[in-house]
Amino acid sequence: MEMSSREIWTALHGMVLGAAFLPAFTGGFITLWDLRSGSITIEGARRSARRLIVWTWTMAVLAWLTVIVGTYVVYPWYRAKPPAGTTGAALANYPRNLLLSSPRTADWHEFGMEWKEHVAWLAPILATAVAFVVTRYRGQLAMDLHVRRALLVLYGLAFFTAAWAGLLGALINKAAPTR
Amino acid sequence: MATAEHIAEPLPNGPAWACILAAGIGCAALGLLVDLAEAFKGVSNALSFYHPTGDLSGKTIVAILIWIIAWAILHARWKHRSIQSPGKIMAASLILILIALIAVFPPFFEFFAAD
Repeated sequence: MEMSSREIWTALHGMVLGAAFLPAFTGGFITLWDLRSGSITIEGARRSARRLIVWTWTMAVLAWLTVIVGTYVVYPWYRAKPPAGTTGAALANYPRNLLLSSPRTADWHEFGMEWKEHVAWLAPILATAVAFVVTRYRGQLAMDLHVRRALLVLYGLAFFTAAWAGLLGALINKAAPTR
Repeated sequence: MATAEHIAEPLPNGPAWACILAAGIGCAALGLLVDLAEAFKGVSNALSFYHPTGDLSGKTIVAILIWIIAWAILHARWKHRSIQSPGKIMAASLILILIALIAVFPPFFEFFAAD
């Protein structure tokens, strides 16, 4: 059950932060969806707004931590260049080069990682926008259908981009683990 | 039920739309930088702020800066405005995010790959 420090950081990036992201999104999305003036009292709107602030900022912070750890801790290990002449099993410590060494696995990098490393960064931008608007407007959101709809779309897109990047990362790590 | 009369002074929604549109601008900026770095080796090299991460460091840092600057400008312009018909702003924001999603899709940005 021993894990290297690289495996621990990779698990933190994908599984711990990624797993926490899901309930944060779910809680925020449902609370925002239910924040409608036709079905909520003033006190209810205030309480929902307080919960919404917690959910949305939690999701935004998790999104930032995930992309920062991924980009500045895990990604350098992934793309590290092996010494000249390294081939075969020795490439196991160089995931990018390992994937590119075979036509059967090259697309995991050329398509999978190239997509994941960029699309993931949309999530914290979108999530932060939602968290800011929720914090500023609180219960008033119950009366602004257009802003609420826009936030639902942005929140959903933040989740989609992060979830997709997470799925690609899990599959890439299966093909070429960061050790 | 919650109504406008129950809120002493409803806040103008200008800052909300400024934030939403700025998020779209930030996302589109990232997409544009990805494609520029793919097309021009010089741009890719210039964006390699942190060598172990390569040009991903510069693409994301510059995109975040563009996002924050756009947000600050839009917020300053709209902070006292109540936007009655935000449809165009929402459409523009969604188009910008869509541009970003397309721009970071590998089969698309590989069209621009420098030889």
